[in-house]
Amino acid sequence: MRERIGLTARSVLAIIAGRGMQALVVALVVGIVSFIMMHALPGDAAYRIAAGRYGYDMMDAASAEAVRLELGLDRAWWIQLGSWLGELATFDLGRSHVYGSPVIDEVATQLKYSLLLAGGAVVTSLLIALPVGVTAGMSPGGAVDRLSLAVSIFLRAIPAFALGIVLVLLFAVQLGLFPVAGFRGPEHLILPSLTLGLGLAAVSSRVVRDAVADAMSAEWRLFARTKGLTARRALINHVMRNASLPVVAYVGVQGAYLIEGVVIVETVFAFPGIGHALVHAIFGRDVAMVQGTALALGLIYVGLNLCIDLTCRIIDPRSA
Amino acid sequence: MTFRLLVKGLLPIPLLAVVMVHAPVFAQAKTGVVVTSPWEIASADPAVSGFGIQSLQIMENLVDADAQGALRPGLATDWSVAADGLRWTFTLREGVSFHDGSELNATHAAKALNRSLEQPGVLAKAPITRISADQGAVIFELERAFASLPSLLAHATTVIPAPSASDAEGVPTKLIGTGPFRVTEFSPPQAVEMARFDDYWGKAPMIETASYLAAGRAETRALLAESGDADLVFTLDPAGFARLGDVKGVDTIAVPIPRVVTLKVNASHPFLNDPRARKALSLAIDRAGIATAITRFPEGAATQLFPPVLLGWHDEMLEPLQTDPNISQALLAELGWSMGDDNILVRDGERFTLELRTFPDRPELPLIAAALQDQWRAIGVELEVNVSSYSIIPEGHKDGTLEVALYARNYALTPDPIGTVLQDFGAGGGDWGAMGWENEPVAEALETIAASADENQRAKAISIVAKELQAGLPVIPIVWYQHTVSIANGLQGVIIDPLQRSYGLSELFWAE
Repeated sequence: MRERIGLTARSVLAIIAGRGMQALVVALVVGIVSFIMMHALPGDAAYRIAAGRYGYDMMDAASAEAVRLELGLDRAWWIQLGSWLGELATFDLGRSHVYGSPVIDEVATQLKYSLLLAGGAVVTSLLIALPVGVTAGMSPGGAVDRLSLAVSIFLRAIPAFALGIVLVLLFAVQLGLFPVAGFRGPEHLILPSLTLGLGLAAVSSRVVRDAVADAMSAEWRLFARTKGLTARRALINHVMRNASLPVVAYVGVQGAYLIEGVVIVETVFAFPGIGHALVHAIFGRDVAMVQGTALALGLIYVGLNLCIDLTCRIIDPRSA
Repeated sequence: MTFRLLVKGLLPIPLLAVVMVHAPVFAQAKTGVVVTSPWEIASADPAVSGFGIQSLQIMENLVDADAQGALRPGLATDWSVAADGLRWTFTLREGVSFHDGSELNATHAAKALNRSLEQPGVLAKAPITRISADQGAVIFELERAFASLPSLLAHATTVIPAPSASDAEGVPTKLIGTGPFRVTEFSPPQAVEMARFDDYWGKAPMIETASYLAAGRAETRALLAESGDADLVFTLDPAGFARLGDVKGVDTIAVPIPRVVTLKVNASHPFLNDPRARKALSLAIDRAGIATAITRFPEGAATQLFPPVLLGWHDEMLEPLQTDPNISQALLAELGWSMGDDNILVRDGERFTLELRTFPDRPELPLIAAALQDQWRAIGVELEVNVSSYSIIPEGHKDGTLEVALYARNYALTPDPIGTVLQDFGAGGGDWGAMGWENEPVAEALETIAASADENQRAKAISIVAKELQAGLPVIPIVWYQHTVSIANGLQGVIIDPLQRSYGLSELFWAE
């Protein structure tokens, strides 16, 4: 028994150490790649930054030259990258080229809102996907299964942008239940979360359905029933536990969809998040902000995967 | 079964909680107002976000302007200039306090203005040699006479932040000013929450609170207006404006503003260096069509560069710009162009192909570019449209690669348009104005307008400028802008400022 606990603890440590190394590599790769991509974009960065800073009524060649001088954009690219890496080593993300504020402050503020939105979206998607998926998976080919397949294809095919507007029209304008846009309180989270959550649930409800359908037809379920468990106990003790493995793993995969989704949803709902900030930073050629934002997103992805790994270890009946 | 119960049991809980949070209080009269526009307020620095800070009446200028553009006292009670025109004195208002309780004084005002002089902005373009404080007044010393200096001091980048608003390096990082509204919460770049400032030196606002939300998408803004979430919504797209016209509880208005969609033409380009070529391109443009179908305000079709709202600059006597593809083709034939096999004009083996640069931040610009592409093709001119960042326009001006560019220019960045016009059409041209177009009489007339305070002399000079611009077409005017606004029913005292210096929050009140 003791030996087993030791083994488990060691393997958990191994997971954490592995993900820690991965985080380091991700930080370096994301920082360097986003730097290279920003430099590969056509056009003069000083002009783009001046445009982002002063707006088109005020920006001109003189303001662009002032920006070039101030930010040292005339230095060789490898010196600029080297100075960013040097600062990164001291946990300093630098200052936004456009707004002059510390990148870490900007990212921290916006990330808080985006995580709130992403969390709301995942919770919403699970609230929808679990009941729908389980019901469909328990009787594959049944009415619920076929209907939910049709609805999920429909929802996945609608762009998040259009879905958001439809939801606003229905719930905010017609019914007056929720506010349209902005962020002043928890009620502002509902419609953006629902927009993203529906898109997520469209796919994850099918993953849940397949996992449940597989588990329902597995031999060990038959065995559980034969040994005298009621259908309900077999479902809760065995089917749910086994079926949740691919579902939890899939929630991790959905991180990518979420990052893409927040960019659009934040813009539609005038929501103060990191996706919106990233788009602005790319347009404004704000290299420091792009690097900082991409770094934060990359590290979150690694962190999310770590959580998923650990959760799967706990759930998996074979490791218990 | 369990799961169906789960759905039934769990889902309504968050829904109910939210409905309760969001339920408006019907019993009390409204004391606050919510304003929405597309423009983000990303920073507390007037050099970056001055327009938002000024429009929300958080910080103020030495000089203010009314809705007609006439200057009136702001933080300065009066101003005067020495006989040689080289030394201006702005007497500061006494007893003005900032939102943090500190007092405004001349030393601080001079310091703030010196900072805006160092930043890109209107002051940097004026012949200012020194700004200093002297016994309750701010003194400007100039290199040469410049009559429109007070107008520059009404510009958004010259508002005065409080001393405590700036960080150690002198960069304003907090929204603290002297205006009728103080900031209670700033969530850059989208939202600003404000409350009435009780120690305001002027007339106290009637509303108690104001919220600002920047919503980048026109659809979102229209929905905010329709749902009643926002009381005052600025800059609607044509579809949203039309739709809101039919919505109960919301009024819409459109006010002409001195912003003009213009086509910048590289007058040193071999195809475009003859004024007849530029005239031919202008004659091929169906302005009425563009104004009707794209911007949807037929009266906005430009007949000259300066719109009627630019009082004193719009010239009624000027012969309006025409549309006539036949004359256009005749002019091009005169210049040696003949129709090639592919219906594109050819001269000395060269096809008449131009690149047009524009940007999508104003969504109508790419549409207008597509219309121009079509209309010019009809006279045999091929247009390649390049939609990118607006910075490619000043960039192309500088390196000489720009051929034609489409943008919207605000000619009243300062209440007196001379600041902008001088920059655009003065000697050497400007990033957002003439390129490769030198016109001695215009340059001279502009210097006169800038230096002189004599109304007659100015009017004569302005008339020369308007005529020469119409004849030489260094930029080709297309449509004049309308400022579109939606107003919630019951909201009174709305003043739409054509100069867009203010949202007029301090004058608003709710009908009983």
